[in-house]
Amino acid sequence: MKDIIRGKAFVLGNDIDTDQIIPAKYLSYDPSNPEEKKYFGKYALFGVPEGQSGLPSGDIRFVSEGYSSEYNIIIGGRNFGCGSSREHAPFAIEVAGGEVVIAESFARIFFRNCVNGGYIVPYEAVEKLNDKVETGDDLEIDLTTDTVKNLTKNEEYSLNPLGDIKAILEAGDVFEYAKKMGI
Amino acid sequence: MGMNITEKIMAKAAGKDSVKAGDNIWVNVNVLMTHDVCGPGTIGIFKDKFGADAKVFDKENVVIIPDHYIFTEDKRAHRNIDILTDFAKEQDIPHYYQPGTDTYMGVCHVTLPEKGHVRPGEIILGTDSHTCTHGALGAFATGVGNTDAAFALGTGKTWLKVPETIKFILNGTMSDTMMAKDLILHMIGEIGFDGATYNAMEFAGEAVDAMTIEDRMTICNMAIEAGGKSGIIAADAKAEAYVKERTDVPYTLFQSDEDADYKAVYTFNVNDLEPTVAAPSAPDKRRAISTVIGTELTRSYIGSCTGGKISDFAAAAQILNNQTVGIDTFIVPSTTFVEKQMNEYKIGDKTYMQIFKDAGCRIGPPSCSACLGGPDDTFGRTHGQEIVVSTTNRNFPGRMGSMQAQVYLASPYVAAASAITGKLTDPAPYLQGK
Ligand code: SF4
Repeated sequence: MKDIIRGKAFVLGNDIDTDQIIPAKYLSYDPSNPEEKKYFGKYALFGVPEGQSGLPSGDIRFVSEGYSSEYNIIIGGRNFGCGSSREHAPFAIEVAGGEVVIAESFARIFFRNCVNGGYIVPYEAVEKLNDKVETGDDLEIDLTTDTVKNLTKNEEYSLNPLGDIKAILEAGDVFEYAKKMGI
Repeated sequence: MGMNITEKIMAKAAGKDSVKAGDNIWVNVNVLMTHDVCGPGTIGIFKDKFGADAKVFDKENVVIIPDHYIFTEDKRAHRNIDILTDFAKEQDIPHYYQPGTDTYMGVCHVTLPEKGHVRPGEIILGTDSHTCTHGALGAFATGVGNTDAAFALGTGKTWLKVPETIKFILNGTMSDTMMAKDLILHMIGEIGFDGATYNAMEFAGEAVDAMTIEDRMTICNMAIEAGGKSGIIAADAKAEAYVKERTDVPYTLFQSDEDADYKAVYTFNVNDLEPTVAAPSAPDKRRAISTVIGTELTRSYIGSCTGGKISDFAAAAQILNNQTVGIDTFIVPSTTFVEKQMNEYKIGDKTYMQIFKDAGCRIGPPSCSACLGGPDDTFGRTHGQEIVVSTTNRNFPGRMGSMQAQVYLASPYVAAASAITGKLTDPAPYLQGK
């Protein structure tokens, strides 16, 4: 796991469910097939309704063309990742180039999938950030101090420490973690 | 301090005398269920991590139930089923409910208990968020992703954080026009769509005691719609009878201690409630039926793990008997077994199936079908600006296919009565004298 992650923010609202992250129609692609894997990137966050994708304007696609995104840090609101258990959701974000999701709160299975699969870092923000950060803002996250600097707006925000899950993220995924734990 | 049921199950599975909320523990998994959407990915990770020749932890307790994309021309969907078939063969898995054969059942959460794979006191993981359904028989059951499933597939273990439990006590007696679906929609509305995130939801009280096992499944099924990690109801004599009819695997009964710890306790008097729907586009947009009567609809859909069990069709048949639907109405049995029952069970001298056909409903093959949209040719899928009343469990934008469609979640009574009028309708007049 990196200590510093820098990049551009993509901002979303509350209750981003897994059908918005990767619509059910695309789930028949096989994530373990290298040829098909890239489609998860192409359709990442494809189901977010118009007007709510890339706030505040709401008319920005996460992946505008090709298979990857110019944004690597997603800022969400409450209950990010609610809905189905599909691991395709954090996977799709990772394939598109996403590294971190910062949200006020996460739905449990999505959160667990982010961590156990080692796809992206799910960080809880201390305060509501999706009305402070704008899509395209340059951010720098320090994973050693649990803070994020908004370089565009010259602001700094705190994140809740990762806690128990940090050990799994550091190990890489749950398999590596279990090995370390002697399971 | 005593323990609640969830803590007791987890302590046993971890080989400990006691656990408390917040503990991170490794537990032994009793049953792992997967389906056609998440199975191939799970198998991919399993092979990658444990090697091409690896064996599953316990072939008797790996249950593979394809159900999502079965009746479609989509080639990748067929390929995914082939992956499952190959894997079941290679691993010699006895409980594979294979499409296109006599063993095919349909929706995983209706099949799993029906085939005796759910036993009280066990830890059940499924690669599907509605795995929480199986708490209805006093098991701890929760949804996991492919990586967790692959790990459990190889090791028979998973790590879990012991959740805090929220208790819901349902006192009183439901009116004759209400169903379990109305109660769970009411509770989700009460605590909100993320009101139980990370928490177990334990249901108890007179109204729960009075419920059939299928009704309890409807309640636990939608725990995830409040963010819940699991839903659970202590197994009673009814639950034991249900389980014993289907399996002779031994099980353990747990009850919550009197002094068990709860994060919160909600008490409802169900006498005070009325049929309830969730308005577009979130399951917590609770509306009492009286406040939305007359809302125009273009479609009614009765199916899924929540609302496609035989008891759900019994309810719908009661209302649709000798009636004609006024809007497109889709009937999708959850499993082949439910379909068979629909062809056998009667009101008067008409089978449920005949009642639905005579009413003008369209009947689809058993599977998840349009509950989750799916490929374009999925039976009942929305493609435009449909306004649907549905017995399913989710109404997010695009969930039933089209991003422009709107979905009202409702009980089978409400969905059937509304199918007749083409508007959201109180089922009461249609149930009089029945
Ligand atoms: S019926 Fe719907 S909710 Fe149930 S398992 Fe199938 S897709 Fe999921």
